[in-house]
Amino acid sequence: MKKAKVIEEQFFKYLLGFFTYSLILILFFIVYEIAKKGIPALSWEMITQVPKGGFYFGKEGGIYNAILGSLYLALGASLISIAVSLPVALFMNISMVRHEKILGAIRLVLDLLWGVPPIVYGAFAFSIMIIFGLKASLLAGILTVAFLIMPVMIRAMDEVLKNIPVGLFESTLSLGATRFEVAGIFFRQALPGIATAFLLGFAKGIGDTAAVLFTAGYTDYVPDSLVQPAATLPLAIFYQLSSPIEEVKARAYAAAVVLTLLILAISIVSRYLSSKVSKNTVL
Amino acid sequence: MVAVRKIKEYSAGAWTLTCVFIVLLLPLLIVLSLIIKASPIFNVAEVGQLLFSSAWQPSSGKFGFLPFILSSLVVTAIGLIIMIPLSLLPAIYLTQYASPRVLGVMRSVIDILAGIPSVIHGVWGVLVIVPLISLHVGPLFGNDTSGYTVLAGGIILAIATLPFVLHMLLEVFRSIPIELKEATLSLGATYWETIKKVVLKKAMPGIIAAFALGISKAFGETIAVLMVVGNVVQIPKGAFDAGYPLPALIANNYGEMMSIPMYDSALMFAALLLFVVVLVFNFISRILIQRTTTY
Amino acid sequence: MSFPTEVLHLDLKKVERPAGESILNISNLNVSHHDHHILKNINLNIPKGKITAFLGPSGCGKTTLLKSINRLTDLHGGMKVKGSIKLNGKEILNGSSDLPDLRQKMGLLSQRPFPLPMNIFDNVAFGLKIQGVKNKTEITHRVEFHLKQVALWDEVKDRLRSPATKLSIGQQQRLCLARGLAVNPEVILADEPTSALDPTSSRKIEEQFLELKKNYTIILVTHILRQTVRLADNIVFMYLGEVIEQGTPYDIFQNPQSDILKNYLSDGH
Repeated sequence: MKKAKVIEEQFFKYLLGFFTYSLILILFFIVYEIAKKGIPALSWEMITQVPKGGFYFGKEGGIYNAILGSLYLALGASLISIAVSLPVALFMNISMVRHEKILGAIRLVLDLLWGVPPIVYGAFAFSIMIIFGLKASLLAGILTVAFLIMPVMIRAMDEVLKNIPVGLFESTLSLGATRFEVAGIFFRQALPGIATAFLLGFAKGIGDTAAVLFTAGYTDYVPDSLVQPAATLPLAIFYQLSSPIEEVKARAYAAAVVLTLLILAISIVSRYLSSKVSKNTVL
Repeated sequence: MVAVRKIKEYSAGAWTLTCVFIVLLLPLLIVLSLIIKASPIFNVAEVGQLLFSSAWQPSSGKFGFLPFILSSLVVTAIGLIIMIPLSLLPAIYLTQYASPRVLGVMRSVIDILAGIPSVIHGVWGVLVIVPLISLHVGPLFGNDTSGYTVLAGGIILAIATLPFVLHMLLEVFRSIPIELKEATLSLGATYWETIKKVVLKKAMPGIIAAFALGISKAFGETIAVLMVVGNVVQIPKGAFDAGYPLPALIANNYGEMMSIPMYDSALMFAALLLFVVVLVFNFISRILIQRTTTY
Repeated sequence: MSFPTEVLHLDLKKVERPAGESILNISNLNVSHHDHHILKNINLNIPKGKITAFLGPSGCGKTTLLKSINRLTDLHGGMKVKGSIKLNGKEILNGSSDLPDLRQKMGLLSQRPFPLPMNIFDNVAFGLKIQGVKNKTEITHRVEFHLKQVALWDEVKDRLRSPATKLSIGQQQRLCLARGLAVNPEVILADEPTSALDPTSSRKIEEQFLELKKNYTIILVTHILRQTVRLADNIVFMYLGEVIEQGTPYDIFQNPQSDILKNYLSDGH
C-alpha cells in the first residue's frame, strides 16, 4: 500500500474518532456548566418554597411552585397520553396487522404528528382557548402536552410491539383468546418497552417550554385546582434567567439543575428498563 | 363465549376506536384551525406581500415576514453547516470503525443528548456560547457584538438537532449490507477507500434524508434559539447580526396577539408557514428513506 | 418399488385406510398470498381420532394448509382464502362464526415453543381462565392433570410459579402442548413440533401424540419421513400446493403411485 494512502487512512480514522468523542465532551460541558451555576443555588429553601414577592422581583423563596407544577403537568399529560397511546399501538399491531396499507397510512400520520414542533401545538391550543374564552390553566397545559407526547409514546410502543414474534400471536389466538385478551398478553410481553415509552413521554412533557408557554400560564403559587395556572420548570428558567436581580437568576439556575437532574434520572431508569429483559418475556 | 368476555371485548374495542379517531383527526384539526385563524390576514395583504416584504409594523397593519423567514433560513443554514460534520463523521466512525461496545456507549450519550430540553440548551447558550462569541470570536473577525447573534443561534441549533440526525444516520449506515464492504475490500481497496467510494454512495439518499429531517427539526426549534439569537427584527446580513426566526416571533408575541388587530392572524400565519415547511421536509426525508430501503 | 422401505428398514403391513367419520371437511380450498397461488383446489377429509400427517418438500403449502384450518391466515396481509372448511359440519371460513371459540377447538403446537409471558402454572391456566373457570381448586387440578398428560408434572411441580422461559426448549414445547390441551380442543394442529428439539424431547412429544390420539384428532405437518411412519395413520402428500396422494404409511411408502412421490422418496429425506 502506498505511503500516501496509509497516511490518508490513519488521518481520517483519527479525524472521525475526534469528532465522535467530542460529542461526549459537549454533553459533559453542558451538564457541567448547568451544575456549576445551579448547584450553588440549590438549598432546602429553594426547593421547598415558592417565590416570595413575585417571581421576577422577589428576592426570597424558591422554585417549589415550578417543581410541583411541572410534576403535576407532566404526570397528568403522560397518564392521559398513555390512556390513548396504548390502545392505538395495540390496535395497530393486533387488529391492523392484516391491513398493511392502512397500517402504513397510520404510521405516516404518526410520523407527521411527531414532526410537528411544540410551538405549533401551543399555537393551535391557544387558538382553541381563545375561541372558547378559556384562560391559561393547568388543565390546558396538561391537555396540550398530552397531545404533544402522544405521537412519541405511540411510536415508541409500536417499535416494541412490532418485535413480538408472530408465533406468540398465533399461539395466543389458538387458545381461543379474543383480541382484548391478546392485547393483555402483548402488554405483559412488551412491558419494559411500554414503561420506557411512558418515561420518554414524561421526559418530553416535563422539558417542554413552547407548548406550555401559551397554555399553562405562570404563577407564584402551587395550583390547587386544574383551572388555575401552573408554573413549570422550563418557564421558571425562561422567565427568571434574564432578570437583573441575582437572587432571581439563582432561581433560574436552580430550576435548570433540577430539570436536568430529573431528565438524567429518567434517562437512566429507561436505559435500565430497556436493557433488562423482563423475566417473563419470550426473546 | 361468556357474556363478560364479550362485554370486555366490545368496550375495549369502542375505546380503542375512539382513541384511533382522536389521533388521526388531530393533524387535520391542527391544520384546519391554523388556516381558519390565519385567513383574515389575506384580506389585508397578499401572500406575496406577506412572504417577501420586510416591513413589519403590526400596529400600522404592515406584516412583512421576510426578516423572520430569512432569519430562520440563516440560522438553519449555519446550524446545518456545523451539524453536518458533527453528525456524519461520528456516524461513519461508529458504524465502520468502532467496536460494538463503543457504539453502545455512544448510543447512550446520544440518547441523553436528545433528551436535554430546549430551555437547557438555551441556558447553556447564554452562559457559554454568547460570551464566547462576544469576547473571543467576534473580536477575531473585527466585530463588536453582544454575542446574541444568528451564529449563536446556529451553534445551539446544531447541538439541539444533532442527536436526532445522528440517530437516523446510524440506522442508515447500519442498513448497508456488510457483503458490499467485503466485496470491495477483497478487490484491494483500503478501508477508508471503501467507505469513501462505496458505503457513502450507497448511503447517500439516507444521509440526505437524515439532513432533511434535521432541517425540519431545525425550523421548529423555538426556545433554545430564541434565548441566544437576539430577537431583533431585521434581515441578518452576517453571522454576527442578531436575527428573529419564525418560531421566536410566535413565542415572543403571543401575549399581544389580541391587542392589535390582525396580529393573531399574522402569528397563526407564521405557525401555518412553519407547519408547512416542517411537513415538506419531513416528506422529503421519508421519500428518500424509502429509496434506500428498496434497492 | 420397495426401495424406500428397505432403506428405512421399515416393516409396514398393509392396513385398511382409516374408516370412520371425518371431523374436518376441506373442499375447493384455494389460498393465495399477493397473487402467489399457494394452495390449489384442496379437497380433503380429515378422519376423527387419527393422526394425519401433511408431508412434502418445503414450499408445498403444508404449513399454509394447517394455518388455514384455524384461520391464522387472517393474520397476514394479502392472504386470500377461498373455499370451504367444515369442522363437524360447521363452516369455518365465513366470518359469522364465533372465531375465538372455534379456534379454541383446534389447539396449535408451533415449530418453536412460544410460552406466554407468565409462570408455568399461569401458562396452563390461561386457557381455563378465559373460558371462565373460576374455581381455584378446579384450576389447580386441571393444571396438574394436563401437565401430567404431557409428562411434565414431575419436572416442574416444585416450581410452578417460576417463569416459563426458564424451562429448556423441550420442556417449553411440552408446556405449550399442555396449555393447548387445557382448553379441551377437538383437533391438535402441530406444525413441525419437534424440529427445534433434541432427540430425547422429540421422542417425548411423539409419545404424547400416540397417547393423545385416543382422545383427540391430530394433524401433523412434518418433513421427517420416519416421524410419519412412527406416528401417522393417514398421510397426505403435497407438492406445489396440491394434494398428490393420500394413504396409510404402507400405501405411501410401499406403493407410491405418482412419479412425484416416487422421486420425493428416492431423494432420501
